[in-house]
Amino acid sequence: MTDAVLKVFDVEFSYAKRKALCGASLELLPGKVTMLLGPNGAGKSTLFGLLTGLLDLQRGEIHFEARSLQESRASLLLQLGVVFQQSTLDLDLTVEQNLRYHAALRGMSSAEAGNRIREELERFALIEQAKDSVRSLNGGHRRRVELARALLHRPKVLLLDEPTVGLDAHTRQRLAETVRQRCVDSDVAVLWATHLMDEIEDEDQIYLLHKGSIEFSGKAAELKQHAGTDTLVSAFNKLTQFEEVRV
Amino acid sequence: MNLRIATSAFNGILVREFLRFVQQRSRFLSALVRPLLWLLVFAAGFRAALGIAIIEPYETYITYEVYIAPGLCCMILLFNGMQGSLAMVYDREMGSMKVLLVSPLPRPFLLVAKMTATSLISLVQVYAFLIIALAVDVTPPLLGYLTVLPALFLVALLLSAIGLFLSTQIKQLENFAGVMNFVIFPMFFLSSALYPLWKMQESSELLYWICLFNPFTHAVELVRHALYASLNLEALGWTLVALAVALSAGILSFKPSRAAG
Repeated sequence: MTDAVLKVFDVEFSYAKRKALCGASLELLPGKVTMLLGPNGAGKSTLFGLLTGLLDLQRGEIHFEARSLQESRASLLLQLGVVFQQSTLDLDLTVEQNLRYHAALRGMSSAEAGNRIREELERFALIEQAKDSVRSLNGGHRRRVELARALLHRPKVLLLDEPTVGLDAHTRQRLAETVRQRCVDSDVAVLWATHLMDEIEDEDQIYLLHKGSIEFSGKAAELKQHAGTDTLVSAFNKLTQFEEVRV
Repeated sequence: MNLRIATSAFNGILVREFLRFVQQRSRFLSALVRPLLWLLVFAAGFRAALGIAIIEPYETYITYEVYIAPGLCCMILLFNGMQGSLAMVYDREMGSMKVLLVSPLPRPFLLVAKMTATSLISLVQVYAFLIIALAVDVTPPLLGYLTVLPALFLVALLLSAIGLFLSTQIKQLENFAGVMNFVIFPMFFLSSALYPLWKMQESSELLYWICLFNPFTHAVELVRHALYASLNLEALGWTLVALAVALSAGILSFKPSRAAG
């Protein structure tokens, strides 16, 4: 069996008196997509904050390639691609300038950055937008730029925090296909936070986060079985006590 | 820390700041118009009212324009430092700060690199001002243009560090107006930028002492001497101490978690 590239053990985190994570554990395997499900406020973004080092670990452990985060912070960040829920592109720069900035922060030479930028822009069908200011792009294009940027340095781990929010169904599907293809081709471990059930595929490992705790981990079929429902949406609603609104 | 990545990251940060600077031409113009107004309008009015005795580093009587030129150079750096603070808050609110913070380098290095980049860009504006100031007979020795460079850089770093500290204390962009009223104006007016300290002492002993403890006073004096190819060791010492304090306060009070939301 393949070893996990990233392991999270029993992690806890509180904002003042409010507990955001209470003993969450999960692991990411190379070449696999792991879906992190949870309603708003479940603790998904807090977990991302811990994995990216924006938040300091209060309890528990995070291991990257069998080394603790404290020992391996720089190597983890070097091998990490992230798409945050909120856009983090510099609106005043062009698409290419944004990617070059990211490449420089990862220590890529100008020539290497140029080659990889061209590759990623081609892959995400953004070549024509390379010289456009990000401000002039629509939401779908901006998300593609963020994904291209997250993959530019060929990371071993890709963190996606609700990357398709606000996009139309067609764009969402295309983005998902690209990410999944890249995950397999480059052996990237993907952690994909979402509350959109149609983004889940049967073979995905699922972690259901609710009120800071992992309520369930397993495959989609097991989740339905665990909740005693026919669909993933119903299972999600049942386990997170979400009231379905019938119109 | 990996030196290759650090060098590349610094270059990336510098290029980004430069690109943002050239794309915001109005910022460059306003940075120049402000001190030029002081030099061409305010100084013209005050020239008659305010006599300047021979003081170091000047070797003879000088016009008021010559006196305030170093203070106005520092004014450009002061506004740029605060502009940097505003940019930090903006980057944090807009999310682009995260890109910097999740790069594989120590945070103090990233913050110092960002401050250094904005400081270097400020220098371009100061030299543009000094060239225009030649038109009103502000003509320091040629060597002065060279010797003032490290002094200007040091002062720019100090003011950027103060800007960094302020950015950690400002919760929202809307609160930035307070910085104008409570930081920029008091720092500038309670210094030797517009009048020699002995003049201030004649008017108010209390204000004189406040000016003396204002790091901006020593920054202005450092630049004033450097522009005339002399070194004011006391001003250098004060500026270095102020830089160390502001930098430590800025780095220690910087909370990456505020960029995480």
